[in-house]
Amino acid sequence: MTSASLAEWSNLAVYSSMLVLVAALIAFAVSFAARGRRVMTPELVTAGGGAPERPGPSDDDAPVPDGPGRRAGNIAMALTWLASGLLLVGLVLRGLWAGRVPWGNMYEFSLTWTFGILAVFLVVSLRRDIRWLGLPVIFLSILSLGLAVTVLYTEAAQLVPALRSWWLIIHVAAAVICGGAFSVAAAISALYLWRERAERKGHVTGIVAALPDASRLDTLAYRILAFAFPLWTFAVISGAIWAEYAWGRYWGWDPKETWAFITWVIYAGYLHARSTAGWRGRRAAYISLLGFVSFLINYFGVNIFVNSLHSYAGL
Amino acid sequence: MTTTTDLPPAEPAAPPPLDAVGFARWCWRQLTSMRVALILLFLLAIAAIPGSVLPQRGTDPIRVNEWIEGNPTWGPVLDRLGFFDVYAAPWFAAVYLLLFISVIGCVLPRTRLHWRALRSAPPDAPRRLDRMPEHRTWTTDAAPQAVLDRASEDLAGRRWRVARGDGWVSAEKGYWRETGNLLFHAALIALLIAVGYGALFGWRGNVIVREGSGFSDTLTQYDAWGGGRLADPAALPPFAFILDDFRVDFERGEAQRGAPRLFEAELTLWPTPGSAPQDAMVRVNEPLSIDGAKVFLVGHGYAPEFRLTDALGRVVHDEGVVFLPQDGNLTSTGVLKAPDATPSIGIEGLFLPTAAVDEIRGPHSTFPEADDPAVFLSAWAGDLGLDSGVPQSIYRLDTEGMTQLGIEALRVGDTWDLPGGNGTVEFTGLSRWASFQIAHDPGKEPALVAAIIALAGLMMSLFIQRRRVWVRVSEASDGSTVVTVAGLARSDEADLRPDVDAVAEALGGRTSRT
Repeated sequence: MTSASLAEWSNLAVYSSMLVLVAALIAFAVSFAARGRRVMTPELVTAGGGAPERPGPSDDDAPVPDGPGRRAGNIAMALTWLASGLLLVGLVLRGLWAGRVPWGNMYEFSLTWTFGILAVFLVVSLRRDIRWLGLPVIFLSILSLGLAVTVLYTEAAQLVPALRSWWLIIHVAAAVICGGAFSVAAAISALYLWRERAERKGHVTGIVAALPDASRLDTLAYRILAFAFPLWTFAVISGAIWAEYAWGRYWGWDPKETWAFITWVIYAGYLHARSTAGWRGRRAAYISLLGFVSFLINYFGVNIFVNSLHSYAGL
Repeated sequence: MTTTTDLPPAEPAAPPPLDAVGFARWCWRQLTSMRVALILLFLLAIAAIPGSVLPQRGTDPIRVNEWIEGNPTWGPVLDRLGFFDVYAAPWFAAVYLLLFISVIGCVLPRTRLHWRALRSAPPDAPRRLDRMPEHRTWTTDAAPQAVLDRASEDLAGRRWRVARGDGWVSAEKGYWRETGNLLFHAALIALLIAVGYGALFGWRGNVIVREGSGFSDTLTQYDAWGGGRLADPAALPPFAFILDDFRVDFERGEAQRGAPRLFEAELTLWPTPGSAPQDAMVRVNEPLSIDGAKVFLVGHGYAPEFRLTDALGRVVHDEGVVFLPQDGNLTSTGVLKAPDATPSIGIEGLFLPTAAVDEIRGPHSTFPEADDPAVFLSAWAGDLGLDSGVPQSIYRLDTEGMTQLGIEALRVGDTWDLPGGNGTVEFTGLSRWASFQIAHDPGKEPALVAAIIALAGLMMSLFIQRRRVWVRVSEASDGSTVVTVAGLARSDEADLRPDVDAVAEALGGRTSRT
C-alpha cells in the first residue's frame, strides 16, 4: 500500500468511526428514553406484583427487562465496539503512514484521547451494565473527534527531535488513558449530581430514574478515578524523567507541567474529600468535574493559547 | 491529610481557647484537620495558576520585562507581589509548607496508631454477625471447635491475621493499605526535601559554542550561570570540549515545513585536564554525562563569518559572529563590534538562511536551512560605548554617539566597501553554533526514588482493601452447629462477597452463588 493510500484509509476509518458513533448516539438515546418512559409509569412495571416496589432499575447489575430499550441499548453497545475498532484502525494506519507512534500532534492526540474515552467506557462495560452512561460518553467522543477532523487536522509528518524518545510512548499512553478515565468519571459525576438532586427532592421520575442510585454513581466515579490517579501520577513522573533528558531539568514549571500538577492536586483533593465528612458526595462530584476542566485546560488551553515547550508543531 | 475512612469525622469547630498552650493546640488541630488540608490543597492549585498565565523570570525574563513595560500600572505591582516568579514567591512557599506541616501532623500520629495496630491481634468478633452488610448462616453436623479450627487454619493459610475467642474467629487483612498510605505521604515529604536539596546544591549554566571553537567548564566561560545557595562555583567539574560539527536537518515536506528533524553535536571531549581526547555526541534527548554534570543540547543558530578591514588596511576581525534566531525560519540578528578598528566600527546585521524580501515583512527567511543565505548590514562608526563601564549586551549595538555609515545586503563572498573610506566588510562564509545547558542537580536521583516510592504507596493505599471477616459458631437445640460468617470492609468501596464466600466455601457452607 502506498503512503498516500495509507493516509486516505486512515482518514476513511476515522470518518467511518464518527458515523458509527452518531448511530450509537441515536441508539443510546432511544434506549435511554425507553428506560425513562418505562419507569415513568410505575403502575405498568408493578402490574400484577404485590407490594408497590420502588420504581426504576436501581440496581445497575440487575438484568434490564426486555423491550425496545434493551434492544436499542444492545445495538448501541455493538456500535460503540465497532466505532472503537474503526478508530483503532484509523490510528494504526496513521502510525504506519507516519512511520512512528501516532502521537505527534494535536490531531493525533485527539484521536487517541477519544479512543481512550471509548476504551475506558468499554472496559468498564465488560464488568457491569453501564449503558446508561453511553449517551454522555458517546457525545463527548463525537465532540472531540469532530474537533479533531475539523479544526486540528494536520498531515502526518515526522517528529521534532525533542519528541523522539521511548518516553513518548510511555508518557503519552499513560496520559491518554487518564484522559479517557477523567472524561468518563466526569460524565458519571455530572449524572450523579443530577440524580442526587432528584433523590434529595424525592422526585425521581422520567429519564433520571433510568440512572443507577446516586451512591452507586458515586462509587463508580471513585473507582475509575482511584484507577486513574496513580496512572496520572505515573504520567507526571515519566514526563519529568523525559523532561530531564530532553530539556535538562525534570521540573521547570512549564505551563503544561503546571497544569498537570494542578490537575494532580485537584484529583488528590477529590480522593481526600471523599473520605472527609461534609465533603463526601456532592462536593466530591464537583471536585471531579473541576479536575476534568483542569485536564481540558491542560490539553487544549496550553497547546493552543499558551507559549509552552509542549506546543509542538501542527497544533 | 491522610485518608480518614476509618477515623471518626472531624470534630465540629469549637472556639479557640484563650490560654497560649490551648490556643497553640487548637491551631495545630485545625492545621492538621482534613478540612484545612483540603483547603490548602485547593489553595495550592489556585496559587500555581498565575505562573502558567504570566511570563516567568525563571523561563523567560525578556517577556517578563516586556509585560511590565506594556502594563505600567499592574506590571510593577504584580512584580512586587512575586507574580513573575510565582514558584519562588513567599506566598506560594507558605501554601506548600503549611500543607506539608499539615501532612506531617497527620502522618506522625497515624504512624503510631498503625504501628500499634500492626502489633495487636484483630479485635473480638461482634456479637451479632447477622447485622453485618455481608453475612451467611447455615447449620452443620461438625463440632463447633472443629469448624473454628478449620476456619482459622483456612484464614491463616490465606495470610489473614487471625484471633480466636470463645465461639468465634476474627480475622483481618489489608494492613498494607494504611502502610501504603503513610508511605505515600512520607515519600511526598521526602520528594520536597530532595527538590530543596537539589536547589541548594545544584547549578546550571548556559553557553553558546561556535563550530570549531571550544568550552572549558569554568564560571567565566558561561554566558549565564546560576547556582543554589550552597553550590560552589569554584568546584565545577574540569572538563573541556570543542564543538567539531553541528548537524541539523529540517522538514522539507509540505506538512510542518521547516520543523526541525535532527539536532546533533559532535564534540571532542577532555573529561579532565590533560586526559586523552575522546569523541562524544550530544543529541536532544541524549545528554552527555561527565563527572556529575550533564551537558544538554538546547538551541542552535547561525554564525555568519565576516572579515573586517579598517581604514588603515588592518584586518581587525576575521571569524564567525553569533546571531540569535528570531523566528522558526531562523531569521537571525547579531552585532559585530570592532573597537580596535580605526575608527571604531559597529555593525548590526540581519541574517537570512533562505532570503526573501516582500513589502509587508521586509527581509525575512523562508526556510531554516541555509539554502540561499544573505545578510543585511547596517554599519556605524564612532564610540561603541565599551569604555563607559556600563555592561553591554554583545547582541545589541548602542548607536548613541555613533554615525551610520550606510546599509548593504551581502551574499557569501561579497565585499562591501564602507562609505567614506572606512574600510571593507567581507561576508566570508557561515558556520553554526549550538547552545548547551550544563547542569548539576544532586537532588534528582533522591527525588526520583521518592516519587517511585510515593507511587507504590499510592497504589497500595488505593488498591488494597482493609477488611475483616468473622466466624461464629453456636449450638442449635437439635445438637447441630449453627455457623455464621460475616465480613466488614473498612473502606466503603470494597466488595466483601468474595472474602465471605471463600470462608464459607472452606467450611462447606453456603456461598452467594449457591
